[in-house]
Amino acid sequence: MKESIYKITENCQIADKTFGMELSGDSAAVSRPGQFINILLPGSFLRRPFSVCDYGEGWIRIIYKIVGKGTEKMSHLQKGDELSVISGLGNGFDLSRIPESCALIGGGAGVAPLYGLCKRLLLEGKKPAAVLGFNNAGEVFLEKEFRNLNIPVTVATVDGSFGQKGFATDFFEEGGYAVCCGPEAMMRVLYKKSGDGMFSLEARMGCGFGACMGCSLETRQGFRRICKEGPVFQKEDLLW
Amino acid sequence: MVDISTTMPGREGGNANGGEEARSVDISTSLSGLLLSNPVIPASGTFGYGREYWDLYDLDILGSIAVKGTTLEERGGNPLPRIAECEAGMLNSVGLQNPGIDRVVSEELPELYLHYKKPVIANISGFSVEEYVAVAVKMDAAPNVGILELNVSCPNVRGGGMAFGTSASNISLVTREVRKACSKPVYVKLSPNVTDICEMARAAEDAGADGISLINTLLGMRIDLRKRIPVLENVTGGLSGPAVFPVALRMVWQVSRAVDVPVIGMGGISSSEDVIEMMMAGASAVQIGAANLRNPFACRDIIMDLPRKCEELGIRSLREIIGIM
Ligand SMILES: Cc1cc2nc3c(=O)[nH]c(=O)nc-3n(C[C@H](O)[C@H](O)[C@H](O)COP(=O)(O)OP(=O)(O)OC[C@H]3O[C@@H](n4cnc5c(N)ncnc54)[C@H](O)[C@@H]3O)c2cc1C
Ligand SMILES: Cc1cc2nc3c(=O)[nH]c(=O)nc-3n(C[C@H](O)[C@H](O)[C@H](O)COP(=O)(O)O)c2cc1C
Ligand code: FES
Repeated sequence: MKESIYKITENCQIADKTFGMELSGDSAAVSRPGQFINILLPGSFLRRPFSVCDYGEGWIRIIYKIVGKGTEKMSHLQKGDELSVISGLGNGFDLSRIPESCALIGGGAGVAPLYGLCKRLLLEGKKPAAVLGFNNAGEVFLEKEFRNLNIPVTVATVDGSFGQKGFATDFFEEGGYAVCCGPEAMMRVLYKKSGDGMFSLEARMGCGFGACMGCSLETRQGFRRICKEGPVFQKEDLLW
Repeated sequence: MVDISTTMPGREGGNANGGEEARSVDISTSLSGLLLSNPVIPASGTFGYGREYWDLYDLDILGSIAVKGTTLEERGGNPLPRIAECEAGMLNSVGLQNPGIDRVVSEELPELYLHYKKPVIANISGFSVEEYVAVAVKMDAAPNVGILELNVSCPNVRGGGMAFGTSASNISLVTREVRKACSKPVYVKLSPNVTDICEMARAAEDAGADGISLINTLLGMRIDLRKRIPVLENVTGGLSGPAVFPVALRMVWQVSRAVDVPVIGMGGISSSEDVIEMMMAGASAVQIGAANLRNPFACRDIIMDLPRKCEELGIRSLREIIGIM
């Protein structure tokens, strides 16, 4: 974990109420896809957590949806603006536990961390397939980027206005390995349908680095902090 | 005389030229015979048992550390969401999640000692007088505990915490029993959710308290407008952060005039100015809570800034300004 000042190099709308933000700064603390950063926004007391969508030396990309006051203000930030960011938070996806063939299933903003994960799985020679779920055509993002990775991609929209009609979970083959991030309802279905998998969870956070016990979850191993021992939990850990 | 500038890790915005100035300012203080190199203490519940912070900065710069509220048995706390926000602060309904006294004294405190050699403040909670006493006795025996802080003011648990702290006779009872059973200084941490805070402080002092800590969080609530349900699963939670500072300051001022024992002031402190203001109101030392969650370096930054701020305000020794209002 590291606190440092990042400069916004890009902040633009990529879908309905959805923005992509690229930040330049010291990304040395980011060690795995699926970790998150905690951003201090002008005017908000607590920081706001966002999954790292992709990262490299000196940069981090996030994708965020406007859902409230903080993210609304965030969408008005300009290229060149500086932000205090705590990076390298959470455990992220343990790539060594993901089998050669797996499905990455994202719902809404939950699609974001799966992109950086997908790139790294491919570098390891693994063969992921992606299922991206959205409410409608206007909300779809990262579809082209996933296709450019030359993997099987299914896009599902609830109203059928883009790709397949239905929920992302409808296009997951029962018994397979599921790596997922999205609404809890979606992940609970995948918990039932999957043979095994990883689940990236969310909670309203006080600190994001394990100090306040604001995000505690009861698991098979006892109480675990979503911000510290999570946000990614193994299927066998969850008490769903 | 404390020269903190030499031990400080560098950071932009820090007190780079504070070395010379710092030498002429004494920022040390004391609590019931315990000498503190400076008045800044992370508040209970925002610093765990130190584990999340000792890799971030040298904890030995802290005046002391108030560890997480500890109970007899392990507690998982309240259901999520436990955190909400407001304009200049936050609400929590954590509900005293902690590993229980036995693991705290056998694992957490000894490990904290490897990173922090000074005495710490043991924050204690319970659901009966017997439970407070049982936890206090074990904390009293822990070598790196310097002060016992009875949390009779947690708003997030039923039957315990605040249920004790809103009744003067309960405060009196629990303070007397713990005082009898323990040898270290006993501080009572008061709830602001009462009509007359001075009555509670006097009850504690009369029962033998060696000091008073205040304030714990103010009972509050938020509603999710879209879902039309409370944000917190527990419905209500404790408000803290800059929003409560003026209330905390007023209560510290009132209590420090009502009792003769030292007062640890807290509630919304987030800068060196706030520390000085709280001490002018009557606090001998201060605790910093929510600010650590927003900025994990908050305590370090405030300690670094204190000598310069004192110099600027013509304060040569922090002890001189305690309770000058
Ligand atoms: C580990 C993690 C990773 C996340 N990754 C992403 C991401 O990649 N893209 C994205 O769009 N969103 C992500 N979120 C959700 C994002 O943090 C919230 O949408 C955001 O904090 C809302 O802020 P706001 O001020 O706009 O909303 P408000 O509702 O005004 O916020 C008020 C408070 O509620 C909290 N809050 C509200 N909704 C959520 C939520 N769903 N999860 C956690 N806290 C919430 C805020 O942090 C704030 O403290 C993530 C959350 C977590 C915990
Ligand atoms: C997340 C959180 C957990 C807390 N847990 C405890 C606790 O276990 N025991 C206690 O006495 N006070 C607890 N408090 C109260 C603080 O110690 C402090 O009294 C209060 O937050 C006011 O200070 P602040 O405004 O600087 O946060 C907690 C506060 C927060 C924000
Ligand atoms: S958000 Fe503070 S412990 Fe997880």
